[in-house]
Amino acid sequence: MARKTPSLISRYGADTGFMTFVAFLMAFLYIPIWVLIAFSFNDSRSLTWPLSGFTLDWYRKLAENSDLHAAIGNSFYVASLATVLTLLVGVPAAMVLHKVSFPGKSVFRRLILLPITLPGIVTGISMLNMFKLMGFPLSLETVVLGHATALLGVVVTQVYARLQRLPKSLEEAAYDLGATPWRTFVDVTLPNIRSAIIGAGLLSFVLSFDEIPVTFFLTGRDNTLPMYIYSTMRRGVTPEINAVGTIIVLLSLILIIVAVVAGRERKK
Amino acid sequence: MSILRRNLPGVLVMGIPVLWIALFMLLPYGIIVTYSFWLKKYPTFIPAFQFGNYITIFTDPQYVLVFLRTLKISILVSIASFLLAYPFAYWLVFRCRSAALRTWLYMAVIAPLWVSYLLRAYIWKTILGTEGVLNSFLMSIGLIDEPSSLFLYNQFAMVVTLTYIFIPFMVMPIYTALEKIPTNLTEASADLGMGPWRSFWHVTLPLSLPGVAAGFTLTFCLSFGDFIAPFLVGGPDGNLIANVIATQFGAALNWPLGSALAIVMLIVVLTIVSLSDRMERKGLSGGI
Repeated sequence: MARKTPSLISRYGADTGFMTFVAFLMAFLYIPIWVLIAFSFNDSRSLTWPLSGFTLDWYRKLAENSDLHAAIGNSFYVASLATVLTLLVGVPAAMVLHKVSFPGKSVFRRLILLPITLPGIVTGISMLNMFKLMGFPLSLETVVLGHATALLGVVVTQVYARLQRLPKSLEEAAYDLGATPWRTFVDVTLPNIRSAIIGAGLLSFVLSFDEIPVTFFLTGRDNTLPMYIYSTMRRGVTPEINAVGTIIVLLSLILIIVAVVAGRERKK
Repeated sequence: MSILRRNLPGVLVMGIPVLWIALFMLLPYGIIVTYSFWLKKYPTFIPAFQFGNYITIFTDPQYVLVFLRTLKISILVSIASFLLAYPFAYWLVFRCRSAALRTWLYMAVIAPLWVSYLLRAYIWKTILGTEGVLNSFLMSIGLIDEPSSLFLYNQFAMVVTLTYIFIPFMVMPIYTALEKIPTNLTEASADLGMGPWRSFWHVTLPLSLPGVAAGFTLTFCLSFGDFIAPFLVGGPDGNLIANVIATQFGAALNWPLGSALAIVMLIVVLTIVSLSDRMERKGLSGGI
């Protein structure tokens, strides 16, 4: 009995300690985001405390900013194309890793997964060198190729993980019933990995929309949204960036909810 | 002909990724390896085979300093992320009693990944700046009299910002590793008379090491190659390797040296990835 009391106290103490710690971590992660949002509605050019008054001016300015609109359009173009391309290459790559064994397979796997840990700047400059050497002019299309390459690892890991969980018997049954490999893929494998492909596509789209290091080196005269924001930042801090940021946070939130809901349906 | 047609899907499935990798990864890497041996000759550069660029990187104090600074910042960021992520993940997996709360808190830490990376660096610039939110806040509550330049444009600001940006990459693998540990192992060690600290030290921590290794690899490599956060919050003495590489391809126009720096970066990353691979494999075979 005598041993129990101190351990209860220390347990209680540990719980309080952990709770405080978690609260601190949440504050560290989320106070900055609230600061960003708060100053997008503040009617002063400088971002200083205390907030001076409410305004929607910064949002009105965004609505009139045609460079920004062009940049958003470019980002949608780049992210959509890059997502389609990276899926077209990544899904077959995951299939190959899952099913085929061949000499050099481990090199193949390492190369595909490399861009996940490899800083974007290396992908960016190595492709820049190649395009320059081949006399290929830099444009949004070269950015698309760069993104598709950088995102390949993301798609492959997600789709491969799903393939590994599929029972082999499904495909074997299809073969036994005389289906060609192509029919087996379309009618059996694909429906089973569909949600993984959608998830990987969604993630690729978001990552490409947000990408800077590769874009920085591969873009020509056109700016994507992050590149536009970046060049605005170089000139200094303005609440207009906070307004764009607030909109991005909101859209991200919607996407997260979509992803969570999609995930729930998958489990059912 | 008919053989080809029957095997066409197979050829495509195999061919597309192999071709893509050869064209957009192997070839470009090959080109920068080649360039890294070339000579800068104003206004461009000429083919050569010499190690001058590498010798410069490892002997010129300017580059050695940047290299060491990058190493230091990336290690500090990894350690800071680890110190925040591990207790959090541990609490979520072993102490949090409500499953709903666990899901919510886990999501809350991962969610910022979906919010623009650039914005997350920018936020800290606005918070830590001389005329920023933190300074004006401290002044308004009377803690300081005049704006302090202590917060922005130094290595502290860089570590805070990069930790803020990359902490999800530390939480995810550690959480996954902790979740895999069967609770009956810690129960068994408690039954055998071990206190909670010793159980943690001898059972939980060793079993979660593969996750820790993966987390360190990701945060280290990502900070190691970052050039946006240093640019926004690092200040004049805050250049990291990636900034120097970017300069070689921009204003300095020394592509051979830039390529050599990129190769060094590539080698560092590859070394760390294979070290952590080995550690994870060891963890798997040494574990259960």
